[in-house]
Amino acid sequence: MTLLTAVFAAVSSTVLWYFKDGKNHLKLGTLSLMYWGAALMWTVDAVFAYAELGMEYFMPAPADMLNDFFLGISVTALGLIIWLVLLLFHDPKGVVKQALRKDGVS
Amino acid sequence: MACFVVPAAEAVVTTVVHKVICAKEKKEAALSGRQKTEIAKPKMISFSHKLKWLNNMLWGGSALLAFEHIWHGEVTPWFPFLSAANSASETAEMLHEMSTVGVAMAVLVTGVWMGMTVIANIIEKRPQQKMETNPGELS
Repeated sequence: MTLLTAVFAAVSSTVLWYFKDGKNHLKLGTLSLMYWGAALMWTVDAVFAYAELGMEYFMPAPADMLNDFFLGISVTALGLIIWLVLLLFHDPKGVVKQALRKDGVS
Repeated sequence: MACFVVPAAEAVVTTVVHKVICAKEKKEAALSGRQKTEIAKPKMISFSHKLKWLNNMLWGGSALLAFEHIWHGEVTPWFPFLSAANSASETAEMLHEMSTVGVAMAVLVTGVWMGMTVIANIIEKRPQQKMETNPGELS
């Protein structure tokens, strides 16, 4: 479930980057790479788990599935927070800088 | 247990390499700026930029996996920070997982990045090849 959530987050952010942020002004490319990195790592984790558990891997208990889904959503939220911090720090459109200057003047 | 440590260690190495290559490319760009050539080369994506893709995947993936380990109680905020480091048998198991799952993670991410750079090179060359094979197409 965590892997699936990460894959959906990676695909969505990549599609958004492709159609809305080709020049990476909004750092959506960075966000998608972060999610892809995590998705690839969880894929490896899943392969090893499958090798150990066999078909049982595809039949998790409902409580485990819910916990994994909750984890996946939390991981996606953490990724978004990291992206937001990066975006505000790099400030590609100068919005933060402008706001700070305004505050300084007023 | 601590499989994310391996890609995180690779991320440290690639970040250092990225910084070194960035400085080298800046030096080269300054030099080539002085020695102006007659034929202008088309702008290609620099290797340092491509290496940044790998950095983003490794750092991002490691950070999100570290969160998962905190969630499962495998990473603790107090020394020795890894719950598996409390006993010898668990430490051995953790090291085994790092050498198998962790290394596989680092290898897969690096492999995908290599694929991305190859595809990026092909895409970069595409319009030029079209121009060479069908020079009259655009006119």
